[in-house]
Amino acid sequence: MRPLNMIVCIKPVPDSRYWDKLSLDPKTKTLRREGIPIVISPLDTNAIEEALRIREARGGKVTVISMGPANTVEILAWAFALGVDDAVLLTDRAFAGADTLATAYSLASGIKKIGEFDLILLGNESLDGSTGQVGPQVAEFLNIPSVTSVNKIDFVNEDTLRVRSKIEHGYMLIETRLPVALAVVKEINEPRIPSVFGALWATEKVAKQWSAGDVGVDKDRIGLGGSPTYVPDVSNIELQRRGEVLKGEPAEIARQLVEKLRADGVLPEI
Amino acid sequence: MQIDMYKGVWVFAEQREGKLLDVSLEILGEGRKIADKLGQELAAVLLGHKVAPLAEELAAYGADRVYVADAPVLKVYRNDAYSPVIEALINRHKPAIFLIGGTSTGMDLAPRVAAKVNTGLSAHCVGLGVDEGGCLRAQVPAFGGSIMASIACPKHRPQMATVRPGFLKKPEKTNRKAVVENIKVDITEKDVRTKVIEVFSEEPTTKPLEQAETIVAGGYGIGSKENWKMLEELAAVLGGSVGATRPACDEGWAVQEEQMIGQSGKTVRPNLYIGAGISGIIHHLIGIQDSKVIVAINRDAGAPIMKAADYAIVADFRQIVPALIEEFKKLKKQ
Repeated sequence: MRPLNMIVCIKPVPDSRYWDKLSLDPKTKTLRREGIPIVISPLDTNAIEEALRIREARGGKVTVISMGPANTVEILAWAFALGVDDAVLLTDRAFAGADTLATAYSLASGIKKIGEFDLILLGNESLDGSTGQVGPQVAEFLNIPSVTSVNKIDFVNEDTLRVRSKIEHGYMLIETRLPVALAVVKEINEPRIPSVFGALWATEKVAKQWSAGDVGVDKDRIGLGGSPTYVPDVSNIELQRRGEVLKGEPAEIARQLVEKLRADGVLPEI
Repeated sequence: MQIDMYKGVWVFAEQREGKLLDVSLEILGEGRKIADKLGQELAAVLLGHKVAPLAEELAAYGADRVYVADAPVLKVYRNDAYSPVIEALINRHKPAIFLIGGTSTGMDLAPRVAAKVNTGLSAHCVGLGVDEGGCLRAQVPAFGGSIMASIACPKHRPQMATVRPGFLKKPEKTNRKAVVENIKVDITEKDVRTKVIEVFSEEPTTKPLEQAETIVAGGYGIGSKENWKMLEELAAVLGGSVGATRPACDEGWAVQEEQMIGQSGKTVRPNLYIGAGISGIIHHLIGIQDSKVIVAINRDAGAPIMKAADYAIVADFRQIVPALIEEFKKLKKQ
């Protein structure tokens, strides 16, 4: 089978161990990410893994593309250590504050500049936003078909593949042809961790950094200004209840609780 | 874009094998309220093959108008077949708002449609409203903190949103009648770049978590598969079901599709919810807020779930859960 050009879209997300330190910019209502370590959004590592496995099976090239501030190169270095061949970062203040539509448009424009591709892979949803919208939207801007929630990819022949897409309580088996965009879920594979060789390889590799001008995007369609949605308001959710504290020895607490639940009329009939 | 030209509220009426999904009826109910508030029409958009009889049901649940696109090519959902049909429909009739259930289908379809018509889409909404200007406000919990973001789409139409199944109440049936409009489908099999080889779906044999009257849920703090068994035993004694947070599912202690509670999982409404080893980030809490009574067990008195609980037990679950099992067993004997 012929080698494939694969592109994996990866997103820098704030490391979830530091989520309590995140804050919102009161003016733009966007996330302040300064000082918070970033990682590759977990499902995007599954997408990288799948691309690497396909490359191992039939040859080809794996390029990762991301969008974000300059420090996003950290996650691209990680991708190099995993074994990807090339990396592109779309980085420009003009890209900042993008919603999913503007993000997908920017990424698709970057992909077009990279050039020929057979397969686009992405994580089904990001750790932070979790919208799952960017994959299908990138595909739309590239005018190629897309399948989401993919947990299995098999090539039937050179250009035809069968993918299994998770649905409620089951799956759909879908046949499609290259080029196609596939958004993958966690159980598709077990992502590798970088080897010593990979880490050495990464030190030799440098990600390309492209500005909005380099990519040649329509400036009205990127960043905060090019985003149809915005966040006019954020509020703290009050989910407060009585919070009555029960104390004492475990057996005593259990007795108290049963009494209270009986009084509340919620004790199940057992 | 002249946004004044866009009028009416649309709801995507998702059907599988000729049966409407509950989430479509839930958003019809909410769509009805918004349409009434705006003084505009509520329309359902129904795609499939031999689905015309469903139009009556959509009317009964609130639709003034039902657009029906009926063709063999639309029998089973495929993005490539559905999205161009809906794109054409939007361009012709110009709705102001378009709501879609956040099912596997909806989450696949909505973003592509939004990109086709170049508009904004809010994902996984848990509430909807309109502001003074008549613009849609979609409520989306954000950033794993205790924050609710209100998302607006002021200058693009239609304003699109996907809504999590189970978050809105299914409305009562009425005897409303709707105008049915049949849409000519121009798409043919040749235009569709994906083929469905097989659809496999099996209703779970266990009672879905959404219907459980008692739920024992665990989070990352449970620590091991071994400890998780304690929760299963407690649930068994209570005749209840076991739920989980996302991290607990990620650890492999619970099955995400069946057991994950929260914004991107299930919304539960039990009489009694007992949560152990759960800190209580908003994504989880939002899925349990309709529980009648919430009991939280956590060593950390300051964990967010403690405030959101009716009863907060500040202790190690490894001591409390066995004590509860004992106490409930005593009840059983009585």
